[in-house]
Amino acid sequence: MGNILFCGVGGQGILLASEITSFALIKSGLDVKKSEVHGMAQRGGSVVAHLKYGEKVYSPLIEPGTADIEVAFEMLESLRYLPYLKRESRVIVNTQKILPPSVTTGVEAYPDDILSGLKGKGLAVFPVDAFEAARRAGETKAVNMILVGCLSAFLPLEAEVFRAVIRERVPERFLKANLEAFRQGREIIDTMLQAAE
Amino acid sequence: MKKREISTKTTEKQLLSGNEAIALGAFEAGVKVASAYPGTPSTEILENFCTYEGVYAEWAPNEKVALEVALGASFAGVRALATMKHVGLNVAADPLFTAAYTGVRGGLVIITADDPEMHSSQNEQDNRNYAYAAKVPMLEPSDASEAKEFMKIAYRLSEEFDTPVLVRTTTRVAHVKGLVSPGQQEVSAVKAGIEKIPEKLVMLPSNARRRRVELEARMGRLREFAEDFPENRIEWGDRKRGFITSGVSYLYVKEAFPEASVLKLGMAYPFPAKMIGDFASKVDEVFVVEELDPFIEIHVKAMGISCKGKELIPPFGELNASIVRKAITGKAAETFFEPSPIPFRPPNLCPGCPHRGIFYAISKLNVFVAGDIGCYTLAALKPLSSMDSCVCMGASIGTAFGMEKALGKEALGKIVAVIGDSTFIHSGITGLIDIVYNRGFTTVIILDNRTTGMTGHQPNPSTGVTITGDVSTLVDIEAICRAIGVKHVRTINPHEIEAAIKVLREEVERPEPSVIITKAPCVLVPEMKKRKDKPLFLIAPDKCTGCRTCLKLGCPAIEWVAVTPEEAKRLGYKEKQKGYSRINAVLCDGCGQCAPLCRFKAIVLATKEGK
Repeated sequence: MGNILFCGVGGQGILLASEITSFALIKSGLDVKKSEVHGMAQRGGSVVAHLKYGEKVYSPLIEPGTADIEVAFEMLESLRYLPYLKRESRVIVNTQKILPPSVTTGVEAYPDDILSGLKGKGLAVFPVDAFEAARRAGETKAVNMILVGCLSAFLPLEAEVFRAVIRERVPERFLKANLEAFRQGREIIDTMLQAAE
Repeated sequence: MKKREISTKTTEKQLLSGNEAIALGAFEAGVKVASAYPGTPSTEILENFCTYEGVYAEWAPNEKVALEVALGASFAGVRALATMKHVGLNVAADPLFTAAYTGVRGGLVIITADDPEMHSSQNEQDNRNYAYAAKVPMLEPSDASEAKEFMKIAYRLSEEFDTPVLVRTTTRVAHVKGLVSPGQQEVSAVKAGIEKIPEKLVMLPSNARRRRVELEARMGRLREFAEDFPENRIEWGDRKRGFITSGVSYLYVKEAFPEASVLKLGMAYPFPAKMIGDFASKVDEVFVVEELDPFIEIHVKAMGISCKGKELIPPFGELNASIVRKAITGKAAETFFEPSPIPFRPPNLCPGCPHRGIFYAISKLNVFVAGDIGCYTLAALKPLSSMDSCVCMGASIGTAFGMEKALGKEALGKIVAVIGDSTFIHSGITGLIDIVYNRGFTTVIILDNRTTGMTGHQPNPSTGVTITGDVSTLVDIEAICRAIGVKHVRTINPHEIEAAIKVLREEVERPEPSVIITKAPCVLVPEMKKRKDKPLFLIAPDKCTGCRTCLKLGCPAIEWVAVTPEEAKRLGYKEKQKGYSRINAVLCDGCGQCAPLCRFKAIVLATKEGK
């Protein structure tokens, strides 16, 4: 059984990232349920997708205190779903900032100590500049595939399974950049894990 | 023609949302005609269904029409589908209640997609109550796989029992993806064609009285059917706790109490009384777990069976496994981190949204804004704070007019109704007729952005394009208003705020009915997204005085940068200046609403190179 929480801001490609991950898990013979919310929840609002996998998945919703991995597509959003995390959760954080309305209008400040705050809680935090990495991969829209690459390092699947899914799901003209983004994302985490050893 | 990702050729399991599965189920059931009005969480059903070959699908002006079209198709002997969100069934309730009397020829299924937790709705009504009130059977799938299978069952039931069948989903069924196995396409035994059967289809009192008796008999037969219906099933486990549940709540029960005995009701109405009694007699304690109303609970208690339900389970909001576990055992699951106090991130009107301009203009008038349902309801939020009521589709016009009549001449110049193009077609026209007919003066502002925005950009009659992208007759909103008898109809560009304020002032003061149509496309419609030559604005830092006027638009592209007195000095600002505004070039859509608002002319067009 595994629980992955994807969060970020409407329009960041969160649904596609969680979809690619779902397909990879299914290819490996696992049952998957993925919950998302459409409609009013988009329009630049906070977006969250719950992905649960295992031999047989019942509830489509992750229970508080049980997420194995959080993939935050935006830094501030990594804090919004804290109650879902457990002490051993891994948190992949895209360090990109997207300012919420109260910040753009000068009513509130964007917190400046997010990563240290997460680390201070004892969580395994993996900060990734996914936008910069996507740019290097040749497609700034591939931020989501960078993060899928990062996530893949923590899942009990071969990277090749992900690559096969990406080949099936991504249109030909974006394929090269997306495969490269996946590779870079994977490499970023592998490097961090090696450094930690 | 829209493209669909799911192949109908494969027999491999597919990852489908509940809505995609319902569309596939309808296709496999041989549905030929489907009609709907978009509404979260139901919209994707028709968006998917319309991509299958050999079917007719349409966006109707509202849910009542959608159900009537589906009913008509059923009368013509084909299998038909109407889909809607929970509040949509209120609109379609009129045909529903009498369709229960006429029954069907071809199978007729109505999807009601309920929204516990109100992710994208104005209320949280539990539409299982409609099954009871209208006397029609209701199926309630728990996940996508069941959703597809239940569609096929629903059509068989509909034809076998001569009744419309309701299928109820909730957000966590409609928008949850799970594995679904494609199946074979079925063919209905009913023959398509015209058949005159007035005693069945003409609900004059004399016929209706006979059908009323038949309706009771039918419900009796359905109750018997429910006892042997395989989707009403008992999963025996530990006999200490017995759970009666349905829909997505079943999944929460299985997750929270995998060892317990469970009676899962695939048919939410009518109930299998014998099965429930038998189950209850074999467990120590009966718990009913259901979201929203105590629908099962009340019926179980009416059978004389003692059970626990809403004294433990919250009667509002969504459930999940943790809530169910805590409600039953009193013990909360362990959590490790408190929520962090961080800035809220509400949904917002997009950069370049035409609604922002008109609502900013309205905010300068100091009027009561009777609002309606759509993206523009977000104008109620700060900083626009430009909507004072929002009830249901079309309510803006009637409520504004009611306020006018309550206050008389006092109200002149103080009330406006604001409604979107699709919402006006849905149920605003009749309200406008009321204003004209009953000699009112309420000003109605129709926000025509060429699409149905909030639900994901479905075309509507005033777009002049059908669900499958075919060009159709464009329903002219301005002509409708004039035909109704509104003499003062003015069309304006909502991006031009100063001009809009002037027109608004003139029309709200007018002691006669008036309509202002704001015309500018939603920035997310394809032709707007494809624009290559959008202008880009920037704020000249040396001219910005930090007055914050531009921030009152609430445009996500305009950002406030706070500065310390030292920084202010270094940047050449007055020491007192607390910050400056800047435009985020990635977000700016080039609508230009902000530029004229700046008294210091700091907001200027940027050249492409300046980017």
